[in-house]
Amino acid sequence: MIEAHQLTKRYGEKTAVDRLDFTVKPGTVTGFLGPNGAGKSTTMRMIVGLDAPSGGSVAVNGKAYARHTAPLQEVGALLEAKSIHPGRSAFDHLMAQAHTHGIPRRRVESVIELTGLQSVAKKRAGAFSLGMGQRLGIAAALLGDPATVMLDEPVNGLDPEGVLWIRNLLTGLAADGRTVFVSSHLMSEMALVADHLIVVGRGRLLADTTVRDLVRQAGGDTVTVASDQAARLREVLAGPGVEITGASGSEELQVTGLTARTIGLRAAEHGIPLFELSSRTVSLEEAFMDLTRDAVEYHATATVETPGRAA
Amino acid sequence: MSTVTVTGSPAPAPARTARPEYKVTGRRVLRSEWAKLWSLRSTWITLGLGLLFLVAFGVIAAAHYKSELDSGRPLHRDDVAATALSLSVFGTNFAQLALGVLGVLITAGEYSTGMIRSTLAAVPRRLPVLWSKASVFGLVALVVATAGVFVAFTIDSGIVSGTPAALTMSHSGVVRSLFGAGLYLGLVGVIGTALGALLRSVAGGISVLVASLMLVPGLISLLPSSWQDNISPYLPSNAGESMFALTHDATSLSPGAGLAVFLGWTVLALAGAAYRLVRTDA
Repeated sequence: MIEAHQLTKRYGEKTAVDRLDFTVKPGTVTGFLGPNGAGKSTTMRMIVGLDAPSGGSVAVNGKAYARHTAPLQEVGALLEAKSIHPGRSAFDHLMAQAHTHGIPRRRVESVIELTGLQSVAKKRAGAFSLGMGQRLGIAAALLGDPATVMLDEPVNGLDPEGVLWIRNLLTGLAADGRTVFVSSHLMSEMALVADHLIVVGRGRLLADTTVRDLVRQAGGDTVTVASDQAARLREVLAGPGVEITGASGSEELQVTGLTARTIGLRAAEHGIPLFELSSRTVSLEEAFMDLTRDAVEYHATATVETPGRAA
Repeated sequence: MSTVTVTGSPAPAPARTARPEYKVTGRRVLRSEWAKLWSLRSTWITLGLGLLFLVAFGVIAAAHYKSELDSGRPLHRDDVAATALSLSVFGTNFAQLALGVLGVLITAGEYSTGMIRSTLAAVPRRLPVLWSKASVFGLVALVVATAGVFVAFTIDSGIVSGTPAALTMSHSGVVRSLFGAGLYLGLVGVIGTALGALLRSVAGGISVLVASLMLVPGLISLLPSSWQDNISPYLPSNAGESMFALTHDATSLSPGAGLAVFLGWTVLALAGAAYRLVRTDA
């Protein structure tokens, strides 16, 4: 469980995280989405106490991270950049982390096995590939058997097999009843694993929703229908919750709120000939772009303004 | 190939209820820093260099003294007052660089590699990390340096026996001075770790270390001599030197006072490091 309350981080004039309020619940995978520079990493750094908030607060399982007696047992975090000494072996790195909490050696061995690092565990971590480094970071995150697992861009640099592995790992951890919080700038990747989504842009909360609701908000499923009796078709299809758009005089209409099947049946009932009937699902990428467009555009205009007033 | 055991069990894991009791304690942080120190090759290399500098330069100094004496030429001004002790601690100048640099690497190296994020995620209270690093390395440097100067003295007293510089372990003040040299180098190690944590940069830490131990004394000599006499004994290098000098004159501190002053510098560096560690984002 992670609870952020009016969480804010300012670096001089720039506000990286702007009064974020959100809750990440156990038992599900929560995706943390936003374009690059949206403040995702900064938020995660504040959750584990690496950065101090300029305002507001964030609690993990009811307490500030640093106030827990066994922090690694509360939150296991993989942060974006490599957080290892390249001269130390994977095993020694994990063992040093384990010593701080009195975590036994067999737990270190079991996370090495879990992440498939057995063959390279005694090699210098500096020689690891990106994917191996990522696995080591995940091994470190799981070391304390944490109730909350927080991963910043875990699929970055992984091959398809590694991506699949992460996906299964995340859903498995959530099924265990753990809180799983994963950031990404790739909506498509999130859609496959996340049940819940927290979307940020320019440090602000843009949406705190489910994948399905996000698509619906973004325009949902649209059906394109073409007929020479477009005006009549409009009347036939009209109803509550149904939205029909299309240029006047054009044969083509865009319908939302009805399935292609219903439209086809209604048209047949009224003897209206159809030339085209196709449904198009708004992709998650589009929904995400739609949501974050303002945030990105704001970014572009903000640089034009005088820095003193760009608040 | 890499099937995941976590996903292999669809049933809710019973581990939730029977979780092991982990806890961060000061002793465990010490244990972790100890393990971190010895798991890097740079530690072994730099400590080895420090030890080599201490013994080799101590022996070279004694051999040089002996050969000058045997040649029958009048001794160089510096050599007239030489003793087996002053010859055997000749290497401290070089060893302090190796040990101080290793101290800087232990803390600043974590910032340059990103390791600090892992370290502080495990110990988010932060200060235990600094205390542990400083005490673990301070102790290691102390032991290595003390062993080094004792070895150097044992060899040197053999080389210069029968010369005006001859001294034995039983001579008053010798053992105290040798321990003083070991303690000085141990504290240099602590100052190195403090500077690394304070500046968070390997290059910056080494620069300040070298400047304060080796360059500042030279710069002070540019000041008017009345100022020099008042400032000079309290500089880290000079206060440290009086910890392991056998004789003391009006311009130098007593061993006890030297230790107190040098400890003061160490505490100052540690306090600065602690302030920065707690106050600024990692």
